[in-house]
Amino acid sequence: MIPLSKKTLNLFYTIVGLTLVCLVVNLPPSFTLFGKTLYRPSFDFQLGAAEIKPNLDLRYGLDLAGGASLVFEIDTKNTTTSNLTDALESLKTNIERRINLFGVSESNVSISRETDSYRLIVELPGVSDVNEAVKLIGQTASLKFMGIIDIPPEATATATLNDILKDTGLNGSHLVKAKPEPNPNTGAMEVSLVFNAAGTKLFEKATKDYLNKRIAIVLDNQIVTSPTVQTVIPDGLAVINGDFDIKSAKALSAQLNAGALPLSIKLIEQFQVGAILGKDSINKGIRAGLVGLGLVALFMIGNYGYLGFISVIGLFIYGLLTLTLYRLIPVTLTFPGIVGFILSVGMAVDSNILIFERLKEEIRSGRPWNTAMELGFGRAWDSIKDANACTIITGLILFNPFNWNFLNSSGIVRGFAVTLILGIIIGIFTGVVVTRNLLRVLARKKL
Amino acid sequence: MNIMKFRPLFFVISTFLIGISIFSIIKWGFQYSEDFKGGATFEIKMPNTKNNSQIEKIFNDQLVGLKSVSGTSGIYTVKLLDIAQDKKLTLEKNLKAIDKDFEVLQFSTRGPSLGKELIKKTIYAIIFSSLALLLFIGSRFSDFSFGAGAVLAMFHDSFILIGMFSLLGHFFGAQLDTLFVTALLTTLSASVHDTVVTFDRIRELKRFTATHSWTELANRAVTEVIVRSINNSMTIIFMLLSLVALGGSTTRWFAAALLIGVVCGTYSSTAVAIPLVLLFKRKK
Repeated sequence: MIPLSKKTLNLFYTIVGLTLVCLVVNLPPSFTLFGKTLYRPSFDFQLGAAEIKPNLDLRYGLDLAGGASLVFEIDTKNTTTSNLTDALESLKTNIERRINLFGVSESNVSISRETDSYRLIVELPGVSDVNEAVKLIGQTASLKFMGIIDIPPEATATATLNDILKDTGLNGSHLVKAKPEPNPNTGAMEVSLVFNAAGTKLFEKATKDYLNKRIAIVLDNQIVTSPTVQTVIPDGLAVINGDFDIKSAKALSAQLNAGALPLSIKLIEQFQVGAILGKDSINKGIRAGLVGLGLVALFMIGNYGYLGFISVIGLFIYGLLTLTLYRLIPVTLTFPGIVGFILSVGMAVDSNILIFERLKEEIRSGRPWNTAMELGFGRAWDSIKDANACTIITGLILFNPFNWNFLNSSGIVRGFAVTLILGIIIGIFTGVVVTRNLLRVLARKKL
Repeated sequence: MNIMKFRPLFFVISTFLIGISIFSIIKWGFQYSEDFKGGATFEIKMPNTKNNSQIEKIFNDQLVGLKSVSGTSGIYTVKLLDIAQDKKLTLEKNLKAIDKDFEVLQFSTRGPSLGKELIKKTIYAIIFSSLALLLFIGSRFSDFSFGAGAVLAMFHDSFILIGMFSLLGHFFGAQLDTLFVTALLTTLSASVHDTVVTFDRIRELKRFTATHSWTELANRAVTEVIVRSINNSMTIIFMLLSLVALGGSTTRWFAAALLIGVVCGTYSSTAVAIPLVLLFKRKK
């Protein structure tokens, strides 16, 4: 028997080491073994001054962890293209601020560009009360300052809000901020407003037009308050006074700040999953995956004997590596993502089958075992390379990495594509590098 | 093994499958899920409510365009045409009133415009991947007969998958949704994956053997890789079957679609892609 080369042995030990590390990473944070409670070692380390604490938990998407996702159509009709980028950006930060008020830890707000429109996508993991979230984000959509005009007494009975209010042109997009403050003289609570340059001009005009009359502050077609204009205000600084205590002044400023959305949005899609259903899906997915894996393992061992057994070890390493990468990158697992993973396991075995069939052929044509093995790997590599490249090409088109708006960008399709692409790359690695090395070291004795 | 002599049989089988697909698509069309046509779905838990009619009444009282209430043992799925946010709040309050353990397990609503967009984007994705694969395979094999053969076989598979879903929709209520689109796009890649392995063998044989007959090369290549093709499909089929059986209702049709795609892909690499390449070669 030819002794193993040093390179082969080194690679073998590297693989064993890597597998052990992955095994440790994939341990639950704490578990009981032989009556003792053990903890997963932490992987925190110091790099220069920076402390690095990798978060090794698997991230689950909304469909698995439970939570809500909302999609809003953004109305961009009243905005010029030059303002649009700014308006979208400020819309996003505004919504993020509203969500922070709501206290969601890992929320995600994004804007997606469709062929002829823009969408705002809000993901709220762990939120069970979607109605509250919708109310907070979607309903306080527009803030307007309206002059109240006098109407003849005989029309009062039939007058609606729209008849007595006249738009001053001043709206939420002009408001820089609203803040509760005590009046320096009286100590009574007031709400101070700061307008931007355009808003300052409009406000000056409005206070001139409605001097000694009232201006209504309208939030979503509801009058919040209607203070009387006491003087013309040229500097864009206004104060709303009334019967405020600290609490109501704070609430009004929050409402005004929240109302200052530069673009109005409309709810078009809602998705909400309870946490129980999510857990159920995870369990079902894991069970299906394990049963499938068991069948594949039986099939491989039944078909290829000892070789099959080694490929099952390769598959086990594949599983560990993939899960470790999911934790490190991190990949957010959705249910279609789990399906993509399960499917990629099937494809990972393919490299092994290709190689083993090649190996059998070479042995049939009378080559000795070790030569046949090396030839098998070498020749199978061409097909593995080309075939998997094709799958990666399709995977990339599904994933749409450049966010091209004529291709899909939905989370479901992407979640699937990510796990499929990762699975194929790792599958090639374990199929060609790991299994080959294991065979060289462990199957050589069959000489 | 002279597999290529079965070409007429393959032709009949494929024509038959495509024929059924066209027939079913024209005659029965598709069952679209709310992903495509808009609408709302509630999945609710009401452990103390034993019959659907009570739930139906609450929904009908709100005039929300109730389509169906289904389910047993306290978990119900309710489908609606559409629902406004304020009506949703009222509904949830009323449901809670008749069953104190009422809980929303899942709720989703989609506008109808999303579906059109999804179809458009899927078509773009198919065109885009076909072009990419045609170029990639064509250049890897320095021969566009192979690229065209692989891409046409891929169209064959995806069309049959679409047709079968029209049939499954008519007889078993399978719906077209975002997941189906994902399955369709996966079928594209799985189909090509298998075809490329067989093509690769033809390329290799051509390099090492003296024969110039493409049919003979094709026969030898198919004979040599067929065990691998079948074994490989078997492993994927095992994984998918366990998903169909154990994966829960959300993904059952998704796994079924992938299953059809994988089986079709294995069949078409031998029975469609190679005969097409032979056809192109004879024409030249």
